Amino acid sequence: MALTKEQKLEAYRMMMVIRRFEEKCAELYAAGDIGGFLHLYIGQEAIAVAAQYALRPDDNIITAYRDHGVALVRGLGTKAVMAEMLGKATGVSKGKGGSMHLASKEKRFWGGWAIVGGHLPLAAGLALADQYTGSDRITLAMMGDGATNIGYFHEALNLAAVWKLPVVWLIENNQYGMGTAVTRASAVADIAKKAEAYGMPCCMQVDGMDLLATYEMIQEAAEYVRSGKGSFLMEVITYRYRGHSMGDPERYRPAHEVEAKKAEDPIDRWAAYLLSEGLATKEDLEALDRAADEEIAEAVAFAKDSPLPAPEELYTDVTV
Amino acid sequence: MSLSSTTATPAASGEKVIKTFREAISDALWEEMERDERIFIMGEEVGVWGGTYAVTRGFIDHFGEKRVRDTPIAEQAIVGTAVGAAMNGLRPVAEIMTINFAFLAFDALINHAAKARYMFGGQFTVPLVVRTTTGGGRQLGATHSHSPEHLFAHFPGLMVVVPSTPHDAKGMLKAALRQDNPVMFVEHSTLYQTRGEVPVGDYTVPLGTADVKREGKDVTLVSYAKMVHVALDAAKQLEKEGISAEVVDLRSLRPLDIGLVIQSFKKTNRCVVVEEAHALYGVGAEAAARIQEEAFDWMDAPVKRVSTEDVPLPYSRELEQSALPNAQKVIRAVKEIL
Repeated sequence: MALTKEQKLEAYRMMMVIRRFEEKCAELYAAGDIGGFLHLYIGQEAIAVAAQYALRPDDNIITAYRDHGVALVRGLGTKAVMAEMLGKATGVSKGKGGSMHLASKEKRFWGGWAIVGGHLPLAAGLALADQYTGSDRITLAMMGDGATNIGYFHEALNLAAVWKLPVVWLIENNQYGMGTAVTRASAVADIAKKAEAYGMPCCMQVDGMDLLATYEMIQEAAEYVRSGKGSFLMEVITYRYRGHSMGDPERYRPAHEVEAKKAEDPIDRWAAYLLSEGLATKEDLEALDRAADEEIAEAVAFAKDSPLPAPEELYTDVTV
Repeated sequence: MSLSSTTATPAASGEKVIKTFREAISDALWEEMERDERIFIMGEEVGVWGGTYAVTRGFIDHFGEKRVRDTPIAEQAIVGTAVGAAMNGLRPVAEIMTINFAFLAFDALINHAAKARYMFGGQFTVPLVVRTTTGGGRQLGATHSHSPEHLFAHFPGLMVVVPSTPHDAKGMLKAALRQDNPVMFVEHSTLYQTRGEVPVGDYTVPLGTADVKREGKDVTLVSYAKMVHVALDAAKQLEKEGISAEVVDLRSLRPLDIGLVIQSFKKTNRCVVVEEAHALYGVGAEAAARIQEEAFDWMDAPVKRVSTEDVPLPYSRELEQSALPNAQKVIRAVKEIL
């Protein structure tokens, strides 16, 4: 299904909201308002937005710790997500999860998991439950390139293939697992080829800086999986402009590499597309930019004004 | 904890039958699967093979491949997939053939099963039962003879059940399958052929409750799983010498019913803990700490531990047996503090 004009403009707005959200997070981290680890999605925004449009709202999404973008496209709300960053009671996980552990059961966004690869069998399990109950929901499991070298990846994909589980395995290849380049960590630099080992369609690779292309491939994958053919693996080539987490000295890549990649910026490319197709004017886009700024400012105000978790919250939610 | 796991359901009739530990567990699974369509079994050799300890023999013919699922040898995937399925509405029974292989799934158990609820502010429930076997004494060598259930009990969010009798095994497995927290259900591999009375009809035994398996007044023997039988054996022999030992079966390592241990200790003023794990950082260490914290004025002697020697378990039969706790070691320990 092709995106409508409204969806295309909304996609721009969502990408811009993610970008501004992440920039604000970096600021708040430097100011000491956000603690722990903070993994920014800047440069990768098009993937989460494409996924949101390619899936049904009741499909499952699960991802790793670079999860802000997915949380925002899934509708968890800038306010509740920002409140979680600040460890407030109004946060999506009541201030108990932080940046890496965002989730909304209601929106079928199952987290936000911080052990590399650990969420991949969980994705298989989510899909198993739907297959078991006869639902036609599918599960999108997003992961970084680094996760494709860990045991969890191979065990989960193998089991998913044996049981024909309805999972789209989406690898966000941002070129580095922390500071180690894909070519230095993976025997097969072409990660999409790993699909072949599990009898999945090979070798699905797409440019993650291209929103439309990414959307189309996820849609194709979703259709394949929903039709009962089993799992589908796809690799999305992307790039993160910021370090792995905050305080990354970035000794593993030259500054000019980052600058060169910014020329392929997914938001800039999408803006150019909207303008060239006559879907928006420069003023329209500027208005959306301003709206994003305002939304983030409101989210920060909400988060800062929100109460801290009550002391007794320490002991709640450990067990049912 | 939910009400169903803290409240015992008594059997409707007072009638009892003799069952093996294996039959009791098998019956619990069968009856609960008949009751609740969401319960399914997954693990290595649970289906066509019938379970490596024959607990699920005949299940695949009756319940079908959808509900009795053979998996690859992949412990991370077994536990992780079960966690995801539990979060999304099913009630999996994931079988890890032996607890020695649960080390491979430690991350899935501790970082995922045990944390999924707390970490997301209580949004998710993980009604998962991981069944596994434990224990040494079968000449399986160092990698296949661990008794590390206490390690899994260290972490908030994961319950650990360690029954010693067919009665408790059936009742606690049923209780585990009727509540919403992840539970590690640990079965001692040398207990499967042991027999005991089991009530006819449906009943549960609440998780997190200890049980006095034998009353006494001179010393409290605290133990769990197979070591309960070692303690009972020691108590029987001690009786001939005029020493009256009370045997407390913990039955569950988390939640830990330390209250019953303290209650017994206040009566006997002496305690020996019998555990199949190594002593360092173990259940005996915990019991000793809690007794001195909560019953210091009742202490007449140091708390003793009878544990597995601090070595990897060897293959050779006599050598292995010499490393494990036995009734004679327990009797010696009791006499040291009387």
